[in-house]
Amino acid sequence: MNNKPRIGVYVCHCGINIAKTVEIDPVTEYASQLPNVKVARNYSYMCSDPGQLLIREDIEKEGLNRIVVASCSPRMHELTFRKTLAEAGLNPYFLEMANIREQCSWVHEDVEEATAKARKLVASSVAKARLLEPLEEKEVDVEPATLVIGGGIAGIQAALDIANAGFKVYMVEKTPSVGGTMAQLDKTFPTLDCSACILTPKMVDVASHPNIELMTYSQVEEITGYVGNFEVKVRKKARYIDMEKCTGCGICAEECRLKNRIPSEFDVGVGKRSAVYLPFPQAVPAKYTVDPERCLFLTRGKCGESPKCADACPSQAFDFEQADEMVEFKVGAVIVATGFDVFDASRKPEYGYADYDNVLTALEMERLVSASGPTGGKIVLGKGDEAYTPKDIAFIKCVGSRDESVGNEYCSRGCCMYTAKLAHLVHEKIPDANVRIYYMDVRAFGKGFEEFYDRVRREGVRYIRGNPSEIFKRGDKLVIKVEDTLTAKALEDEVDLVVLAVGLEPRKDVREIIDLLRLSQSGDRFFLEAHPKLAPVDTATDGVYLAGCAQGPKDIPDTVAQAKGAASSALILLSSGKVKVQAQIAIVNEATCRSCGYCVEICPYGAIEMVEANRMGHIVSVARVNEALCKGCGACVAGCFSGSIQQKSFKDAQILPQLAVLGVK
Amino acid sequence: MNDKFEPNIVAFLCNWCSYAGADLAGTSRIQYPANLNIIRVMCTGRVNPLFVLNAFQQGADGVLVSGCHPGDCHYMEGNYYARRRFTLMRELLEYVGVDPRRFHMSWVSASEGAKWKEVVEEVVENAKAVGPFDQFRRNKINW
Repeated sequence: MNNKPRIGVYVCHCGINIAKTVEIDPVTEYASQLPNVKVARNYSYMCSDPGQLLIREDIEKEGLNRIVVASCSPRMHELTFRKTLAEAGLNPYFLEMANIREQCSWVHEDVEEATAKARKLVASSVAKARLLEPLEEKEVDVEPATLVIGGGIAGIQAALDIANAGFKVYMVEKTPSVGGTMAQLDKTFPTLDCSACILTPKMVDVASHPNIELMTYSQVEEITGYVGNFEVKVRKKARYIDMEKCTGCGICAEECRLKNRIPSEFDVGVGKRSAVYLPFPQAVPAKYTVDPERCLFLTRGKCGESPKCADACPSQAFDFEQADEMVEFKVGAVIVATGFDVFDASRKPEYGYADYDNVLTALEMERLVSASGPTGGKIVLGKGDEAYTPKDIAFIKCVGSRDESVGNEYCSRGCCMYTAKLAHLVHEKIPDANVRIYYMDVRAFGKGFEEFYDRVRREGVRYIRGNPSEIFKRGDKLVIKVEDTLTAKALEDEVDLVVLAVGLEPRKDVREIIDLLRLSQSGDRFFLEAHPKLAPVDTATDGVYLAGCAQGPKDIPDTVAQAKGAASSALILLSSGKVKVQAQIAIVNEATCRSCGYCVEICPYGAIEMVEANRMGHIVSVARVNEALCKGCGACVAGCFSGSIQQKSFKDAQILPQLAVLGVK
Repeated sequence: MNDKFEPNIVAFLCNWCSYAGADLAGTSRIQYPANLNIIRVMCTGRVNPLFVLNAFQQGADGVLVSGCHPGDCHYMEGNYYARRRFTLMRELLEYVGVDPRRFHMSWVSASEGAKWKEVVEEVVENAKAVGPFDQFRRNKINW
C-alpha cells in the first residue's frame, strides 16, 4: 500500500451548533490548502448516514488513507467515525478529530475568533493525521461472571437478571443482610404496596439462586485488572458465628446481657437490639452476627462467667476465635449499586432534630408506622406512662435537598411522594390527626404520582407553601415559625410531632469505591455516568456499570429500571464473550532501550517486564510491553530516559507536529 | 502591558477528566477566551516535559497541563507522575528565566465545566500580565 498520506477533511455544521459561530466555508477552504489534503468538504451532519457515506465514497474514489473530521468531541463520535473508516476498508485508527463544537463554537461567541481557532484545530489534526499509523485491535476472552457491590433493591435486581440469564454473580453486601433501604420502608408510593411483601421474595431468590454467590457482612478490598478480566479480593468479616450451624432461632439475642440496649441500625435508632443480632426478622441470610464493637466478650474479653449467648445456643454455633476470611475470584463486569445515605438532619440545627425527641426524620417515621417496627406500627411518642399519640403533625419537605447552605443543590426526587405516603398512613392510623405539609414545590412527576397527591389532599392533608425558619419548644408543643408564601402571612404553628423529609446524599464511604474502581463523581458527588442521556448506566471505566441511588437520587421504579439497564450492559459484555483491548498502547524500541528498568517501576499495571534480547550477539536485558495488560496511559513514555518507549497514536512524532501548529501565533 | 496583546496558550488535557470537563463547559455553553488550544492525551502522565519546552520554542506564550484530581487518575497514578515532573519543570523554567506565570498545572474533573472556564481565564490573564514570549523562539538564520 502506498503510504503517502492522502487526507480527507470533513467539516461538520452540526445544524447550526457549529455553523452559528464558526464560518464553515473558509475553514473548509483553508483545510483544502493544507499539505497532503486531497479532499476537504463540509456537510450539515457528518455523523448522519449521508455524512458517513460521503467519507466512505471519498475513501474509495479518491483513495484517501487518512481522515480528519472536524465536528464534536471525539468523546462523542470517535467510535462512530472509526466504524465508518473500517466499513470503507481503512484501518479505523487512521482517524483524527478536531473538536470544533464543545471546545470552540459552544464556548466562544465571536465569529472571527472562533473561526480562527477552528482553523488552527483543523490544521493541528491534519498535522497529526499525516503521521498516523494503522493499529491492530486485539480481543481477549471475558470472564463470564459479574461482581455486584451492594445488596439493596438495585443490586438484587441486577444480580437476579444476570443470574437468570445464566451467568455467575458474586454479590457483596457490607451489612449482615441484603435488602438495603427498601427493606426499612413500610409502604411504597403511590400504590401503597407493602415494601417487605414485594422485596423479601427477591431477597430470598438472591440467597437461593444457584448462580449467585452471596457474601453478606463482606467488603470488596481490591479490584485489579480490566474490562472482561477483573480480579477481586473480598474480605468476609468474622461474624463469630458458624453460618453452617446457626439456625436463626434467636435464643442468643434473648440471652445477651446487652439486650435492648444497642440502637438498631435497621430501626434507625427508634428500636433497640442485642450485641448479637439479626438486623430484622426477614433478614437474608437469617443468620445472627456478633457486633464486635459492642459485644462485651469481644471488647473486654469477659462477659460474666461465660458468654450467655454461646452457652444458650442449641447448635453450638458460636466461635469467638473466628477470623476474617479473604476470598479471591475473577469477574468480567462490575455493577456498583452502593446506594445512598440519608441526610443527617442535625446539619439543619434550626429544625431542632438533635434537641427534641418529637422531631423525627422520615426514615424514623417509616419505622414508627411499620408493622414490623419497634411499636408494631402504632404512632406513639414517649415511653411508658408518658406515651401519647400525636394529633397535630407537621411534615417539612426538602430538608437537605435543594439547599445550597448544606451543599446539596439537587432535588432528592423521592421526598414529595414519600411525604404524601406518610401523611396518608398517619391519617389511616390516627383518623382525627391534623396533618400539614410545609413545602417549597410539589413534584409529583411519575406514573400515578399526581393522582396520589390529589388523593392525599382529598383525605384532608393540608399543604402550606413555606420553608420553616425555626422550630422551638413552647410548653408541651413544638412551634414552627414559617411564612405562608401564598398568603404572605407569618405563622406560628403549634404541633406535637415534626417529621423532616430528609433527602438522599452520596454515601459517606463513597471514597472507598472511587479508590477501588477509579470512578468519577458528578457535581452532586454521586457517581458520574459515561453520558447523562445516552449512557446512564455506564462509567468511564469499561466493564463497570452503575445502578440505583449510587448514581443519583431516584425512587424504587427508577432504581429497578436502572438496575435492569446495568444488568443488560453487563450481559452484553458477558454474552459476547470477547472484548477488544486498548490498541493505543506503549511499544518499546528494543534497539535503543538502556535496560534501566525505570518504566517497569512506573507502570501502574505491571505491564512492562525486562526480557533478554540478542543485540548483535550480546544478550542484553530490554523492556517489553505485555499488550494485554497495557492500558495506554503513556506514563512510561514520558518517563523513559532514552526515549525508547512510544505510545501508539500518541507518539512524540505525532504530538510535536500538533505543537508546531498550535504553538505558533 | 499592551492591552491588545492576545496570548497564545497550548494546553495538554487528559482524556478522562480535564478534556471531558472542557467538553462539559461546551455542552453547558460556558463562555471563555479563545486564546487556548487543546491537545488531547490519554493521561497527563503521557505529557513529556519536552512538549512544554517545545511549545515555548514554537512561540507559545503559556502552557497548561491539566488532569484528574490527585487520587482520581483513570490510570491510578499517572497524574502523580505528572505532578512530580511538572513541579520540577516549573523550577527549571524559572531557573532558565521563564516567568513561572507562563506555566500552569490544574486539576479539572469531568464534572467541573465551570472550573475549566476559571482555569482558562486565569492562565490567559497570567500570560497577558507577563506579555509576549519570544526568548525561546527558534531563530531562523538569514544567511
